[in-house]
Amino acid sequence: MQIFLPIADIPVNVFLLLAMGAAVGFVSGMFGIGGGFLMTPLLIFIGITPAVAVASVASHIAASSFSGAIFYWRRRAIDPLLVIVLLSGGVVGTTLGVWTFTQMRALGQLDLMIALSYVVLLTTVGALMFWEGLRAILRVRRGIASSTRRPGSHGWIHGLPLKLRFKRSKIYLSVIPVVAVGIIIGFIGAVMGIGGGFILVPIMIYLLRVPTSTVIGTSMVLTLVTMVFATILHAATNHLVDAVLALILMIGGVTGAQFGARAGQKIRGEHLRLLLGLLILSVGIRFAIELGIKPDDLFTIRETGDSG
Amino acid sequence: MIARMALATLAAVLASSAGLAVRAAHAERLIVSVSNQRVTVTPNYSGEELVLFGSVEKDASTPATRAEYDLVVTVSGPPADMVTRRKERRFGIWLNTDYRQFVKVPTYLALFSNRPFDAIASPDVQRRQQLGLKNVLLTQRVGLDYADVVPNDAFRSAFVRLRSERGLYREQTSAVTFLTPTLFRTGIPLPANVPIGTYGVEIKLFSAGALVTQTETSFDIVKVGFEQFVATTARQDGLVYGLVTAFMALMTGWMASIVFRKD
Repeated sequence: MQIFLPIADIPVNVFLLLAMGAAVGFVSGMFGIGGGFLMTPLLIFIGITPAVAVASVASHIAASSFSGAIFYWRRRAIDPLLVIVLLSGGVVGTTLGVWTFTQMRALGQLDLMIALSYVVLLTTVGALMFWEGLRAILRVRRGIASSTRRPGSHGWIHGLPLKLRFKRSKIYLSVIPVVAVGIIIGFIGAVMGIGGGFILVPIMIYLLRVPTSTVIGTSMVLTLVTMVFATILHAATNHLVDAVLALILMIGGVTGAQFGARAGQKIRGEHLRLLLGLLILSVGIRFAIELGIKPDDLFTIRETGDSG
Repeated sequence: MIARMALATLAAVLASSAGLAVRAAHAERLIVSVSNQRVTVTPNYSGEELVLFGSVEKDASTPATRAEYDLVVTVSGPPADMVTRRKERRFGIWLNTDYRQFVKVPTYLALFSNRPFDAIASPDVQRRQQLGLKNVLLTQRVGLDYADVVPNDAFRSAFVRLRSERGLYREQTSAVTFLTPTLFRTGIPLPANVPIGTYGVEIKLFSAGALVTQTETSFDIVKVGFEQFVATTARQDGLVYGLVTAFMALMTGWMASIVFRKD
């Protein structure tokens, strides 16, 4: 069944979109991530412009992270104070991100910027995760007990001033790195059309030493608010959010996520990390290859407004 | 009617040349009509063809030698500014480097005629009358100047090619058919992605390589339905649209958490 997407301005098959939503939802449920880094490239792949893909996926992630956030809220697995401090950075980062997005679009370099960001971020994070997962598996094979560094071992980050006590997470931490993390996640989220959960969770665990009990719930709330904010800003400034597209993706996504979560519980943690690392890495490499291949058409057209 | 036609044909055969010089101000009149003045594009619209009908009305001052007419129909959609960019290889990757800005060019452009433009008029007349995609004026902003460039300019030809690939620019030199020597019709294909707005239709009548007369008509393309409502709102009330979309996302997430509640 064909449907015409009003903002993307192309006809697409509804079932294709639902299937894509479900597939990405499955993966995101399995790994406990938003899945934006998969959804945005998939949309670009089926012919939706990177700009519309990034802006529309923001609202899709908002939906999936909201149902996730409700789940963790019921389990009291969200640290409210940590959320507030992260968000103060997140809102600033998102605003900067949407502003950069608009500027690059005017310069005609938006697609390049999106592709480059994907290459840099995904290959780095993917390779790190893959390597980490591989080492963990090898350790288990050799029969060595996995020695995850205990939270509490202090790094330079813990020497910074302006410390706050985050009660639910049971950590005592400077607000400076927390706000900085919020800014970075907000920025890349708005520019790349990702929630940033797959970067945020490792940062919070390894750098900020947030315990695993509150890390996913807290990161989901940050994702939720930055993505809602990004949706509104993208809609108000660039008029690129395709609500019809987003709604179809959401429906597929939230359904797929339920099954993914069940599948994820059956796989060992280190295997999961290895798989996720591989997935992220391959998306990054795909973008890299595309940048190097001569495009089918060297020319592109963009309408810049009615008789301006 | 048939008698008159026969007479005209006969006259054309008898009289050899001349006639051209003594062209009256408006010896012929073009009467045209499109099959639909207002095309409504619904969500399941998958392209349609509009039909333009017309006839060449002769009067007493029409030189008897005129028997063969040529017609060129130009359909142009609402104008818009567009940017064409070119990618080049820099540092091993392909990126947009150079660009040209096209100012107030038609979003849809179709040129139809009954036979090749070269057979209708001389290259000079073709240029002046903007016959054919290579002769239509497409203004570019060059620095502070506004001008059209040579037809084989890389950016101009890429622009025309890309629009043609999307079915928005087209040229067909066999689309106009004469049902009788004075009665003609042509189809105007409108793909699913036609821009909305007012379309101008210019009909030019040629005879023996010269413009005889011309007329204009127009039609509107309106899109209705939910999709169009969404597109219009997104453009006009971006903030409201964003808020509604965000709310929709939250509702979907909330519904999902109810439907799939695990505890």
